[in-house]
Amino acid sequence: MIRTEHLTKHYGSLVAVEDVSFQVAPGEVLGFLGPNGAGKTTTMRMITGFVAPTSGRASICGHDVESEPLPAKAAVGYLPEGAPSYGEMTVRRFLDFVADLRGLAGERRAARLNHVIEHLHLGPVLEQTIDTLSKGFRRRVGLAQAIVHDPPVLILDEPTDGLDPNQKHEVRTLINDMSREKIIVISTHLLEEVDAVCTRAIIIARGRIVADDTPAGLAARSRYHNAVSMQLEEPRQLQTARAAVAALPAVAGVEVSERDARLTALPKAGATILPALSELATRTGLKLKELHLESGRLDEVFRTITA
Amino acid sequence: MGNVGIVMRRELASYFATPLAYVFILIFLILANSFTFYLGGFYERGQADLDPFFTFHPWLYLFLIPAISMKLWAEERKSGSIELLMTLPITLRDAVLGKFLAAWIFTALALALTFPLWITVNVLGSPDNGAIVAAYLGSLMLAGGFLAIGSCMSALTRNQVVAFILGVVVCFAFLLAGFPLVLDVFRSWAPQALTDAIASLSFLTHFESIVKGVIDVRDLLYFAMLIGFFLVATAVALELRKAD
Repeated sequence: MIRTEHLTKHYGSLVAVEDVSFQVAPGEVLGFLGPNGAGKTTTMRMITGFVAPTSGRASICGHDVESEPLPAKAAVGYLPEGAPSYGEMTVRRFLDFVADLRGLAGERRAARLNHVIEHLHLGPVLEQTIDTLSKGFRRRVGLAQAIVHDPPVLILDEPTDGLDPNQKHEVRTLINDMSREKIIVISTHLLEEVDAVCTRAIIIARGRIVADDTPAGLAARSRYHNAVSMQLEEPRQLQTARAAVAALPAVAGVEVSERDARLTALPKAGATILPALSELATRTGLKLKELHLESGRLDEVFRTITA
Repeated sequence: MGNVGIVMRRELASYFATPLAYVFILIFLILANSFTFYLGGFYERGQADLDPFFTFHPWLYLFLIPAISMKLWAEERKSGSIELLMTLPITLRDAVLGKFLAAWIFTALALALTFPLWITVNVLGSPDNGAIVAAYLGSLMLAGGFLAIGSCMSALTRNQVVAFILGVVVCFAFLLAGFPLVLDVFRSWAPQALTDAIASLSFLTHFESIVKGVIDVRDLLYFAMLIGFFLVATAVALELRKAD
């Protein structure tokens, strides 16, 4: 369990984080979202004990981060922002070093090292110095050191930053595989990541929590929630279609994109408009390329909440 | 192995992973020997001792030790690896001690490599080898004091050049604490007791008695306390400024 109570961090007169309280239970993957400079990294640093809060407290698995730092830190695997490491070391020596400080020994040490090397595909670069690695490999080395001791709590600051789509997919699969029994907190500014791995999302802006919900719950706040998007075969029909759709009683508004001949109908609160639109298309002879129900647009929610 | 040992081993290995270690040792040996023979007049004196060798150590260390210590913490802060180190289950004390010991062992190694000079002086005459052992010990303690100061200066900044310059300046002040250059600054306004206290902090006074072969517990204690003080100061500086 991660628990934060009224975590606050001021740098002089600058408020970095203000009154952040939340709890994360095992099995949850919490996505930490927010614009750059919103306080994501500072919050993570306070939870991992790198930065002392101005006021408030954080605890990990029952250990207060400030008064019992060692057991709290032992329970956490942490990937700091930018995946820093010792560039002059080879990957193998670096992982050995972290495993030693994590107190791994004997067969378990060897087994855990093999496990992370295999799962993060570090085999080919083991004897290379970290300085010579590509950004993607460095990030994976950072992830490897974070999970080498199989911690109950994982805190990952932008774990997929700088990875190509294949590598992103692999890291997300890795996170999903570990998520059943662990507590995972990831920060990201990639909204697709929230859909891909998170069971819950906290949005922070200007140091404060502005939303704390499931990804579906967040999407439901979008004005596009239950909206219907239709793409027309014939762009010429766009204006007539627009008028016909706007006339439907349950439709609150219509948005038109000329570029791809797309028309998005927004429902009135709580209304279901897909059957009516589908029926309208048949009745008026609109040729549709595509017709689908939207669950809501996270990016739009994100902008509305954090702007 | 304890955490101090793990940190120390990693740090020591990192010296030898770059040319730094080899360049340092080479320059140290060249300078130490040329000072001994040219400035110290090793042959001309006609005495079988290593005084001309040890006399120049404080001045040699003044520039070479800050070059070693400047990277101790400034580099960790610059690269961000300090965040990794400080969030591993390790105490600040173990981290500070481990890194300091690595630097100290490294300078001990450089010092040990001056052994041909010791052999030479034994071939040429019959020196007081007990005094030479004492002088080596004193030199090592002096290096430790310089390193502890350098470690603290390195913890104050993320810029290694700044750490180097601060290190040289503070080491220089300690070196000459017993001399007018430093004392005059205080004499005009500070009480006599303070001026005396500052004078008694001088590296040179404590070092010279050890080099003469007199191992006084007070001199050793002085260096031990100085090292202790600056390592605590390093930890305090890190605690306050590690995330800046």
